[in-house]
Amino acid sequence: MRTSWRYLVGRGWQALLVLWAAFTVSFLILYALPSDPVSIMLNQSGEQTTVNQQQVAALRAQYHLDEPLAVQYGIALWHAVQLDFGNSIQSGEPVSRALADALPKTAALALVSLGVALVVGVGLALAASLTRLHWLRDVLLGLPAIAVSLPTFWVGLLLLQWFSFGWHWFPAMGNQGLASLVLPTLTLAIPTSAVIAQVLARSLAATWRLPFVDALRAKGLSPLRVLLVHVLHNAVIPILSLSGVIVGSLLAGSVVTETVFSREGVGRLAQAAVSTQDIPVVQGVVVLAALIFIGVNLLVDLLYPLLDPRIGATR
Amino acid sequence: MKHLSVPLLALLLTACGDPQGSVTAVDVSKPQAGGTLRVALEGDPQCVDPQQAGNNTALNVGRQLVDSLTDQDPLTGAIVPWLAQSWEVSPDSRRFTFVLRQGATFSDGTAVDAAAVKANLEGVVALGARSILGSTYLAGLKHIDTPDSHTVVVEFEQPNAQFLQATSTMTLGLFSAQTLALPPGDRCQGQLIGSGPFVLKSFVHNQVVSLKRRDDYNWGSSLAAHTGKAWLDGIEFLIIPESGVRLGSLASGQVDVNTGVAPQDEGVIDSQGLVLLTRANPGVVYNLALNESTKLFADINVRQALNKAIDRAELQRIISRYQKPATALLASSTPLYRDLSSLLAYDPEGARKLLEDAGWKPGADGVRVKAGERLSFRLDYWQQTPILELVQQQLKGVGIELRLNKSTISQVTAIQASGDYSVRFLNLTRADPDVLRTVYDVAGYNINNRQPGEVDRLLRESAETLDNARRQVLIDQASELLLRDGHAIALVELATVLAHAKNVHGLHYEASSRLQFFDTWLQP
Repeated sequence: MRTSWRYLVGRGWQALLVLWAAFTVSFLILYALPSDPVSIMLNQSGEQTTVNQQQVAALRAQYHLDEPLAVQYGIALWHAVQLDFGNSIQSGEPVSRALADALPKTAALALVSLGVALVVGVGLALAASLTRLHWLRDVLLGLPAIAVSLPTFWVGLLLLQWFSFGWHWFPAMGNQGLASLVLPTLTLAIPTSAVIAQVLARSLAATWRLPFVDALRAKGLSPLRVLLVHVLHNAVIPILSLSGVIVGSLLAGSVVTETVFSREGVGRLAQAAVSTQDIPVVQGVVVLAALIFIGVNLLVDLLYPLLDPRIGATR
Repeated sequence: MKHLSVPLLALLLTACGDPQGSVTAVDVSKPQAGGTLRVALEGDPQCVDPQQAGNNTALNVGRQLVDSLTDQDPLTGAIVPWLAQSWEVSPDSRRFTFVLRQGATFSDGTAVDAAAVKANLEGVVALGARSILGSTYLAGLKHIDTPDSHTVVVEFEQPNAQFLQATSTMTLGLFSAQTLALPPGDRCQGQLIGSGPFVLKSFVHNQVVSLKRRDDYNWGSSLAAHTGKAWLDGIEFLIIPESGVRLGSLASGQVDVNTGVAPQDEGVIDSQGLVLLTRANPGVVYNLALNESTKLFADINVRQALNKAIDRAELQRIISRYQKPATALLASSTPLYRDLSSLLAYDPEGARKLLEDAGWKPGADGVRVKAGERLSFRLDYWQQTPILELVQQQLKGVGIELRLNKSTISQVTAIQASGDYSVRFLNLTRADPDVLRTVYDVAGYNINNRQPGEVDRLLRESAETLDNARRQVLIDQASELLLRDGHAIALVELATVLAHAKNVHGLHYEASSRLQFFDTWLQP
């Protein structure tokens, strides 16, 4: 047990290092971009601004944009350490509030999508492993390759066209109610389920060839029982390792999905902040995303030994 | 992304027919109260405080929350009473005395009085650059007097004729003292108490701005078609970033108004039984402003050749049919606009001759050269427009090479700030001809990096008078000089295009081509 605690403390330090690195790299990238958020704000209508230069300079000074890089970085880091990411330059809203408003919306979308993707992906991989019809197996294993190649954006618009504009089953926009969650969930679940199905199908096939399967079959267990109880258990490790990637693709997919379905969320927030170089908001989103990744990877590491005792948590 | 969606949806929509069926005949002269209007906006308003806002989505929301001292007739450009029942302007246009109507209140119950007007105007000045439009309107504010509770005297350091029109904008709309005391960021988030026909209920970023009717409202503008409160119970501004989704939502009855119609969608809207509403944006048309501190554009011959080389009739073929080529530097919907298309005639021969005279001889690759230098310059821009590629072709026809560099707003602003540019592509919406002075005056923004000249005298004199006849002469002369001397190469007018369902009535543009929903009603 003591080793576990030491392990967790070590992971904590690693997490802090990753957070610091994410913060610093995103800061440097945003700083390296030409122009600054104040001139973007003044030009936001796409028209010529005629605000005079002294006033612009005064506004820039308020955000410390006139300070040297090191000073700006120091100020930002000092505030970030106190979990204060300041206010959005474009809208004036506190970044913490913007994140707090957006996160539950994205979390709901991502979690439901993940659930649907798991059911569909695992189901597809199992069906492909079980069927004795070669052509059916080829079709089932071909589906994920097609699904992965479909642009999320296009799928979203197509679903909207049929189920919202055409048949009026679901609303085209917004975060109100469960109905508004259906189409975005499908859009986001399709590529995710494809990744899960592809990886799991390959892993199932590899596990199926291991000697212990022959032993179990020789004992007289049915193929279904061998698959569901023994093979699946052993084949699921690669999916677990992929969790970080899957969570990442769900977050990235939320940018497109939330835009197409006009939903509030972290993806929309990030997209808008990047395009307007709204440094405080981008920094907030980056740190939040880093935290999520760290959390997911830590969880995965703690789960490994439970699934496979050969892997210890005491490394 | 937007490029992908539009043709696809256009195709699909045409196949899917009109889901609402035909609308039965109705007596449109008898407005009915009730209903919530759902309006699609293309982007997040970011900051819904109209005193601070610069983008149209925010200004369209803000307009419903505040009243202004005056209003402007979109047809004639005349300034008419609203919260001010009358006013007087000193002969030198430095002193403006407004007499307020009595009885108007903010939604927190406090009176719209002289002290409130004073506090608001001083508040806009204090916002500085944060008031993206207002800081220009109130430049040189000296002093505001309130001799009694319904009289306000506003005095400027310099003649400032445009101020009267500025008082009609939502930018100088009025808020209660409670709102003015808040930090600018909080106001942006919707903590706004105005005296307008609607009050803000909630603002969720990237989602919706909800407004509710104010039932004791009874001080509509003298331009309004009715008195009393607004017809609509409320307005929901839904933020829908995808143009195809806005279009589909309108066609399928999920929104009532689409304020961001992409030019490609106009045809589909007609065939869907929806109504298109369009108006040219007043102000400075899309034009190329030349940097005259560069060697190339210090030469008037080159500037004039550029103007003659452009075939504006040909530009019409590739822009929206609701947009028009420029016929002056001011758009046709601007007060005191005058058709100057004779100065904008296509004359490639004339252009070639000017360039020859200036020593630019045809080079081996068709681009003219002089002393080993090519007649070539670069334009950095970010705007979505199809016209610049055609302009590039037209200039090539007379031996001028225009290198187009489409970039992001941030990069273009950075280049402009560094001063390393030959030409800028711009427009500016404002329902007052003084917009010319704002952009081109040497003492103002001086977009051309020019030396002072006759045109600056004319522009400044035009700011000293509100006598329309006198102002017209000065604006005409200044516009002529700006075009004739090639300071600005006028190209096309910007038009605002919206679409709405057939059951929406009484919706129209105000003078600066933004929206006023006070008279709007929904046919049940």
